[in-house]
Amino acid sequence: MPDVAVLADSGSNLLAARNQMGFTLGFHIVLACFGVAFPAVMLIAEAYGQRKDDRDALQLARNWSKGVAVLFAVGAVSGTVLSFEFGLLWPRFMDRFGDAFGIAFGIEGIFFFLEAIFIAIYIYGWDRLSPRAHMLSAIPIVISGIGGAFSVISANAWMNQPQGFDLDGAGNVTNVRPLEVIFNPATGYEFFHMWLAAYMVTGFLIASVYAVGMLRGRRDRYHRLGFLFPFTVAAIAAPIQLFVGDTAARAVADDQPAKFAGFECVYESGDNQAEHIGGICHDGKVTGAISIPGLDSLLVGFSTNTYVKGLDQIPDDREPPAKTMLHLAFDTMVGIGTALFLLAVWFAISWWRRRDIPGTPWFLRLAALAGVGALLALESGWIVTEVGRQPWIVYGFMRTTDAVTPAQGIWWVFGLTMLLYVGLAVTAITVLRALSRRWREGLPEQPGEVPYGPPPGEGSGASA
Amino acid sequence: MSSADVCAAILWVGVTLYAIFGGADFGAGIWDFLAGRGERADKVRAQIDRSIGPVWEANHVWLIFVLVILWTAFSPAFSAIFSTLYIPLALAALGIVLRGSGFAFRHALPGPVERPATRIFGLASVLTPFFMGTVVGAVAAGEVPAGGNGDPTGSWIGFLPLSLGVLFVLLTAYTAAVFLVRDSGAAGDESLRGYFERRALGAAVIAGGAAVVGVIALHADARYVYDGLTSWPGIALVIGSGLCGLIALGFLVSGRNYGLRVAAVGAGTAVIWGYFAAAFPYVLPTSLKISDAAAPSGTLTAVMAVFGAAVVVVIPSLALLYTLSQRQALESYSASSDATSPRR
Repeated sequence: MPDVAVLADSGSNLLAARNQMGFTLGFHIVLACFGVAFPAVMLIAEAYGQRKDDRDALQLARNWSKGVAVLFAVGAVSGTVLSFEFGLLWPRFMDRFGDAFGIAFGIEGIFFFLEAIFIAIYIYGWDRLSPRAHMLSAIPIVISGIGGAFSVISANAWMNQPQGFDLDGAGNVTNVRPLEVIFNPATGYEFFHMWLAAYMVTGFLIASVYAVGMLRGRRDRYHRLGFLFPFTVAAIAAPIQLFVGDTAARAVADDQPAKFAGFECVYESGDNQAEHIGGICHDGKVTGAISIPGLDSLLVGFSTNTYVKGLDQIPDDREPPAKTMLHLAFDTMVGIGTALFLLAVWFAISWWRRRDIPGTPWFLRLAALAGVGALLALESGWIVTEVGRQPWIVYGFMRTTDAVTPAQGIWWVFGLTMLLYVGLAVTAITVLRALSRRWREGLPEQPGEVPYGPPPGEGSGASA
Repeated sequence: MSSADVCAAILWVGVTLYAIFGGADFGAGIWDFLAGRGERADKVRAQIDRSIGPVWEANHVWLIFVLVILWTAFSPAFSAIFSTLYIPLALAALGIVLRGSGFAFRHALPGPVERPATRIFGLASVLTPFFMGTVVGAVAAGEVPAGGNGDPTGSWIGFLPLSLGVLFVLLTAYTAAVFLVRDSGAAGDESLRGYFERRALGAAVIAGGAAVVGVIALHADARYVYDGLTSWPGIALVIGSGLCGLIALGFLVSGRNYGLRVAAVGAGTAVIWGYFAAAFPYVLPTSLKISDAAAPSGTLTAVMAVFGAAVVVVIPSLALLYTLSQRQALESYSASSDATSPRR
């Protein structure tokens, strides 16, 4: 009987811990995207501004650098919480696999350092550094954003395609080969997919702010450029993402057939598989979906004759849970990604024909929605990869249920964390809105209005 | 020295830098909280902003560095500590969240919300060093079993962990006051220098008293570490720390700026390495040795390579940041009257 009680406890703990981890990661991933891509958008604006001697572009870069600072500060905090959670929620996972899983985070640490240092230098360097030195100080931020994303994604990819170690008789990790750990089979496609996602989420979200401004009649040059820089970045990423995402899905079909069968709702193995769009996956069948015969096989192997492994070939205890959610999350990601691609095509045609944003307000309305849409696609994609990997924490090696802490009270912590993070999100958005209002009203900068800003009484705040 | 020992030393370099520089940022939050209201308080807070604003985030990254090295190179120790001391660690993390966001947002928020944000920044600055102190105390006292899942409350609610918690708060406050003495002195504000000097001396006296209590607690609860600190080579580092502390006090009283920070940093560094020497060869005295907790050699090599890269890339960047923020070497550009573009 005590065994049953322990099991029940660990089941409830598993759900609580997965909720806690999922919620905090889902929060952090947005800030991580901004950390990766926002500095690049800012650097593009500054480079353009310096080259063309364009005051509006320079003002945008300067204002955006404050957004970068605020979001980086929150992201650093929410990222720290995650590193605590590895130990607080999954001590047995870290005990057994920390020596392989952890390696990529060491590299990430270096990039995090560089990003923190050069964001401070960049913010601090407005008016203090020569234009050339100031622009150069942004380059390490952009590079460390990419490098940091690569490292973290490499660690996540390793959880999906673990390799580069042996297990001894007691199941302990031995003979770790760091390069094989870092460059595991999933690293490539996961990294490019996430990198592009970061540029899309950031680009579309920033652009959507200026799209709303333009719809409200603020059609000055400042708003136009504020829309064009981020939207162009996202619009370039969108078509590449379609290709990378497609490649990633095919790779998952090979590497993790259970995950693929889960998000595509393939119940029966065989060729000529239909692609189900929408619907409910339950009791071994799909209901309410629009099914296109043969398309799934065609997408996987470029022929309707391609064999796709279904859930019938996968033991019940190795199937991902929550298949309807998984499937709908996948469809949401692909659907929104395709819609964003079409929006980018529309923009590209208009730019090619008349060097302008499409004239109809409908374009701006859709662009205003694109930010939230990209966010939704990001979260959906993250659900696909994380829930799709279940029941494993280390695919094929360790189950999530064997990794979770026996500690009590996680539901309470989860509740408090939700409250805290909602507060954090509301505050961050309030701050960004207050900043943007001040910019709009042309008020002078306030000393210390961002966490790494120039000290009061120095720099432009007081002297300008 | 084995590569496991080298990795333990790398871990300890990170611990040292976080404890001193990250600690000083928390200590500054404590002085911010205690500054009260009025014109003087505004000047105090402005100096704190100037001192920690550009560097606090970079200093915080040392904590991430420590966590990553611990879980990568010594994963059983990481797991044992986190599965036992999850309550103080979660509270330390809460302090980090509230401190970081409180500081980041306090000036950016509209007027009515600025004061609560400042309060949160100050209060949270006490939470993290206190609970980090209890974690170190619990580890030193041998309350963390090698297999993890130790007593979640009894492990850290005890004489040694709680007295180290208080001591950590006082030491961060002291270090911060010394740094602020130096910074306000360098800025030429003698009255502000005096303000922080009185606080540094007060904190030094109280922290000295707490340190005596800490030694008694070590003797009672952590005999292995106590013995290590009172015999060679631990004793040499303890004496070195005491000497540096006295020199720093002398500099403080005599109004000398040059060398003040170095002496204070030396005092902190010596005692932190004194612990390392005293606990050696254990990562969890006396249940888990460094060699038994260490990862396979491939992982340790990777950790050393990462540290090498950090020395080559991060240290010069940090030096650049400290130089820019401390000496304001590029101040000439601030004469720019153009609010928009960098000066041409």
